[in-house]
Amino acid sequence: MIFQTPILALLLVSLLASLVAVWSGWFGLRVLARWNLASGSRAQLQMERLTELVSTLFRFVMLAELVALLLFVFNADRMASLFVGAMCAVGTLNVNPYGFPALYAKIAVFFAAAVWLMLDRADRMGRDFPLTRVKYVALVGIAPLVLLSAGLELTYFLNLRTDVITSCCSKLFTPVNPNLAAELSGLSPGAALWLLGGSGAAVVLAGAGALIRRRGAQGFALAGAVLFGVAIAAIISVVSSYIYEHPNHHCPFCILKPEYGYYGYALYGPLFAGTALALSAGVLQGFARVPSLTGVLPALIRRQIWLSLGAFALFGVAVIWAIVRSQLILFG
Amino acid sequence: MTPFLRRQRALADYTLAALARRRGKNLALVVIFSVIVFVVASAMLFSAALQREADLVLAEAPELIVQQLVLGRQDLIAETEIAKLTAIRGVTAAKGRLWGYFYDRISGANYTVMVPDDPAMMPEPGTVAVGEGIPRARGFTFAQAPLFLSRWPGELQKFAVARTFDSDSALVSSDLVLMAESDFRRFFEVPPGVYTDIAVSIRNPREIATIVEKATRAMPAARFVTRDDIARTYQKLFSWREGLLVALAGAAILAFAIFAAEKASGLSAEEAREIGVLKAIGWDSSDVIAMKLWEGALIAIGAFLIGTVAAYLHVFGTGAALFAPVLKGWSVIYPDFRLAPQIDGMQLTALFLITVVPYVAATLVPIWRAASADPDQIMR
Repeated sequence: MIFQTPILALLLVSLLASLVAVWSGWFGLRVLARWNLASGSRAQLQMERLTELVSTLFRFVMLAELVALLLFVFNADRMASLFVGAMCAVGTLNVNPYGFPALYAKIAVFFAAAVWLMLDRADRMGRDFPLTRVKYVALVGIAPLVLLSAGLELTYFLNLRTDVITSCCSKLFTPVNPNLAAELSGLSPGAALWLLGGSGAAVVLAGAGALIRRRGAQGFALAGAVLFGVAIAAIISVVSSYIYEHPNHHCPFCILKPEYGYYGYALYGPLFAGTALALSAGVLQGFARVPSLTGVLPALIRRQIWLSLGAFALFGVAVIWAIVRSQLILFG
Repeated sequence: MTPFLRRQRALADYTLAALARRRGKNLALVVIFSVIVFVVASAMLFSAALQREADLVLAEAPELIVQQLVLGRQDLIAETEIAKLTAIRGVTAAKGRLWGYFYDRISGANYTVMVPDDPAMMPEPGTVAVGEGIPRARGFTFAQAPLFLSRWPGELQKFAVARTFDSDSALVSSDLVLMAESDFRRFFEVPPGVYTDIAVSIRNPREIATIVEKATRAMPAARFVTRDDIARTYQKLFSWREGLLVALAGAAILAFAIFAAEKASGLSAEEAREIGVLKAIGWDSSDVIAMKLWEGALIAIGAFLIGTVAAYLHVFGTGAALFAPVLKGWSVIYPDFRLAPQIDGMQLTALFLITVVPYVAATLVPIWRAASADPDQIMR
């Protein structure tokens, strides 16, 4: 079961990511204990050089993890025909209890890595590496997450058994079932669209406020995170139905299939990018007053807010286009 | 152009020139890397194409096949069972099928002998329609040559060849002999009223499981094979074979990664001097790392493209001449077929991850080591 090329590729990436996480986590602990920029000792110089390696390795691994996240979902969808009862990624992920946790862990790693890479970027902008400690505290936190994600993925793939009868997305995303997915699909389409519009407006207001007042990006990050949750709920509750042109099909994975023109990627791509940028803008705002960064960091934050707003706008356009071109009429 | 893009363009420009200065060494690296990508890509493309052929063939297969079991082996099934199946709600039709294998001692090959379902395909009694592999195996020298089949020494039956299937359908028809029902029963001595198995068509695929359940109660001794079962088995088989080849290639990838790490860490005197000069004129460690990453990326992407294109030509141009025996199995009259070219994003992504990522990972530490050393230390 594990002998499939995409699975081997995914495990390879996880293995490399884990090795890098373990090593850089250990190095992070050393930095936290002994980092002293004022010292000219050999150990400090060695550490300063190693930070360059850690950044490079981490950037590389996180890029690979991003590609792996896409491949993971795509592969789950492709493998559906191997399992009795599965019709899309939902069925494949449901074959054993580790599938969905593995996906969630991968998404968490994606957001954590995005924020960390931005911290790294900001840190290099200051001549005295002002964020080094913060960066390594974060890294020590991310390392276990990477390991957890790799462990879940490995357990999931090792326990894939084709004789298990799994359930299809039409079973999981049905309002009559007592679970979260069902709650989300049971959300009334009107309420979901109002919520989506409302949180979209909140994001625009918070973004405009942060751009004009040159502070308050934390509020923007919060609004972005809320929009992310609401958007996922809205995709399940109403947007996917428009894409399927079917009022009772709510699956958030089938929209990634070729039958629907890979439309899901147009929704999830900008949504994930916008949220990651919003989160890192919020985190960086906390360091805008660090002396060596006052000249450069605000500009970076403003650029991230603009890019994030742009990504959310693309997501909005994709949602509106899905509704406009659909033959399904839910209202009126 | 933003400063970021300008910087990257300048780095790429510099790196290309630097690569060209050490043409021999880099060319060797690209060639070896391309060969590895080629092996992995060929295995992936070929097994995906075979799987697609199998899916296309199976799309025409009946939803459900019912076989009689005796002593755990398949046996002939009585005509009376058909009525039990058609009585189940949801079954559109159930038809007895007559087919079997015939071992031809002259060519040493097994033929599949069948009575066609479709009346339009039914040959006249005394004639047969054959797949393209049979004239090939028998070495027919002229177009109208009759087919002689001998069941035991001293016995010979003559059939006129009414038509030969072309190689478009070779995957399924290569070893096929189509016969009229009367000829078939006489040739194999099959009594009337029994069939090899029963093909059941079902209109709604969601009802298959329920229909199988009901049919099992009506015919407890029978075995039910659904089309999805067959498709699933094929998919498992092909992806397992592909995975096995890729895992074997893993050893080669590992060896290559070690080779690449070795190459990247053993800087030639000239390269070391170059890095020393760059650092002395004000390049940062991160600039040198970026330059070296560009070097790795150019080599990796070049090799990836060369290897993938070569694999594409190998699989779809030559029918995967190098790997075919492993991946498709072997038989005396193997169908002579062309695979329909196709390639998708997932294959390319998996291929990229499995070949390029180990290479980059192996070279990162040596790159950093070279870039972070002091200029005077390197040049000394």
